[in-house]
This record gives sequence, C-alpha cells and structure tokens, in this order.
Amino acid sequence: MIIKILGSGCKKCVALAENAKAAALAAGREAEIVKVTDFVEIAAYGVMSTPGLVVDEKVVSTGKVLTAAEIGKLI
Amino acid sequence: MSVFGWMNDQFLRMVWLNDLVGQGVVALGLDPASRLGGSVQFFVYDVIKIFLLLSVLIFGISYVQSHFPPERTRAMLGGRSGLGANTLAALLGTLTPFCSCSSIPIFIGFTAAGLPLAITFSFLISSPLVDLASVILLASIFSWPIALAYVVVGLVVAIVGGTVIGRLGMEDQVAGFVRVGPVAGEAATMTRAGRLAYARDQVVEIVHRVWPYVLIGVGIGAAIHNWVPAEVISALLGQDKWWSVPVAVLVGIPMYADIFGTLPIAEALVGKGVGLGTVLAFMMAVTALSLPSLIMLKRVVKMPLLVAFTGVVTAGILSIGLIFNAVSNWFI
Repeated sequence: MIIKILGSGCKKCVALAENAKAAALAAGREAEIVKVTDFVEIAAYGVMSTPGLVVDEKVVSTGKVLTAAEIGKLI
Repeated sequence: MSVFGWMNDQFLRMVWLNDLVGQGVVALGLDPASRLGGSVQFFVYDVIKIFLLLSVLIFGISYVQSHFPPERTRAMLGGRSGLGANTLAALLGTLTPFCSCSSIPIFIGFTAAGLPLAITFSFLISSPLVDLASVILLASIFSWPIALAYVVVGLVVAIVGGTVIGRLGMEDQVAGFVRVGPVAGEAATMTRAGRLAYARDQVVEIVHRVWPYVLIGVGIGAAIHNWVPAEVISALLGQDKWWSVPVAVLVGIPMYADIFGTLPIAEALVGKGVGLGTVLAFMMAVTALSLPSLIMLKRVVKMPLLVAFTGVVTAGILSIGLIFNAVSNWFI
C-alpha cells in the first residue's frame, strides 16, 4: 500500500504523515509513506486544500489532519 | 460618548491598554513623552494589542471560513459569468481560508474546473487583499469609515482587475498541464466540534507564521513614530508630493509581508502626516503582489498573463492611492 501526503511541507502535513504511519502500523499493514511537496504534482490530484491524503492513488481526504483512528478506517 | 464609541475605544482600540502600558513606562522611570519612553510604549502597546486582536479575530473568522472551503467556493462560482460573478468571486475571496502558499493549487483547481480567468483572478486578487481580520484591525488602528472604505476599494480592484484580465482574451496563456488536471469532489463536511478545532488550529498556525512580521513591523513603526522627524517623512512622502503614491507602490510590490506586519508601519506613517491614500496603496501593494507569489504564479501562467495581472493590479492600487489622497479629508 502506498500512502501519499500532499502538502508543501507545512506542520499539518508532517502531523498527517505521522498519523498515517501510526494508522498503518496499528492496522498491521505495510505502507510506504510518500510526501508530495511539488504543487504541480499536488494539483495533478485535483487537490486545492492541503494537506491531502492519497491511498493507492485515490484522494481520500483534503484540507484536514486526520487522526490515526480516522485514517485506519480509510486504509 | 455613545455606547458604540466606548466599546470601540475599549475593545478594538484598547485605550485602557495604552494607559496601562504608559503607567508601566513611567514605573520604569521613563517619560512617555520622551523619545525612548514613547517608543517603548508604542512597541509594547502595539505588540500586545495586535496579538490579542489577532488571536480573537482569527478564531472567530476561521469558524465562519470553515463553511467556505475552496471546493465549495468553486461549486458556487461554477457556470457563472459577467460582473455579478466577478463580484461574487471577490466577496468569496474575502471569506475563503487562504494563504499565499495555497493560491497556486486554487488557481489550478478553479481553471481545471472550467472557471473563466476573469472569475479566478477576481478571487485571487481579493483573497489576500481584503481579509476580514485585517479589516477589523484597520478599524482598530484608524476608524470604521477607513476600514469600510478599504474593503470597498479592495473589492473594486478585484472586480475590475478580474474583468479586465478576462477581456484581454488570455485563456490560452495558462500552462498546459493546468487544464488537464482532474477535478476532485466536494470537501468533507465538518461537525461543530470540528469547526472549533479548525478555528483553534488556525490561530496557532497563523500566529506562528506572522509573529516575526508583526514584531518587525511594530519595530519599524515605533522607530518612525518617535525617531524620524515628521519634516523628513513629509518631505519624502507628504500628501502634497505627487510621487508619494508611486513610490509607496514600487517599494511595496517586491516586499513579502503579512498585512498584520504592515499595519503598525501604516499607523506610524499616517501619524507623521503621510497621506491616507499613500499608506493604503503601500499596504495593498505589499499584500496583493510580492516577488515570491509572482515567481510561483509564473509556473502556471505564461509571461503575457503574468505581466497583465501585475499591470492591472498595480494600476488599480495606484488609482486608489491617488483617489484616497484627493478625498482624504472625508475621513480624517
């Protein structure tokens, strides 16, 4: 599973990446966390508010720092 | 004194705080009427006032803004055109949560969804220019009539600027990849608790981002307030000098600062007899155009459109400065 964090490196993106890592660990799944910081690439996902969360190339959340529990339901 | 006037003085202008800081300055053995004492009073009072107002305002405003994420704004603007649509875009620009770092994703998101450039630019111009928090701070530092006038002229620049850019027929002057991007769906709806948490996070994030600008701005303001003779400033930027507005705009454009940092400078300059139009033009130039944001915009639009955008906004700000200087006796 590949989890992408879309965002220009702001604090929220770091927090979201941490939560995603924790969620994958809790779910016992192997996940590769990729940070996408280039806004051209971010826009290619159609995302306007960061941070965005992409699971296996599908945008599942934008503009919010989800908790690890919330991410757990999405992966 | 009217109840409104009293509340305005106590809560927005925080007259009590200025008196309190003045007493503190005296207790330190300084004279508030002296240069050093006056600078210390200006600095301490302005820093406390701006951070207090900023925190309360951002909390309240972010709560309102949480109802208007860019996805929803885009849906509201979709399929519209004409002056009414430009006006709506400019108004939504004041409400949508925004920092200059998110202007490019919003530009791409709007354009990919097929919104005309006229609408997108009305939104992009008004968003940094007319900010709800800065309007209330303007009312605190100057007066309500000045704050309202700032909103009206800021919206006019955004509406006219967007319309002019639309008329130039530059829909093809957008980088190729912008139009092929997918259009992601709606923003998730938030609960009341979610909105409160969002508002709290915004306070932390914005205060964290702007505090250096506020301190530098207040520092420059305090220096102007007490150390630079009024004659020097009025000789350079006085209201009777025709070049004062163009100079203010040219100095302001490359600068990247938050409006909260420019307000104390504006306050000190007006106190030294610089025209209101000159000061407003400076603030608008600093917030609406900056070198970093133009460099980012260059990646998604072609040069002719970038030049048109910069030219239209600069012309708008220049005319506002000149008009305000001509009629400033209505306000002060």
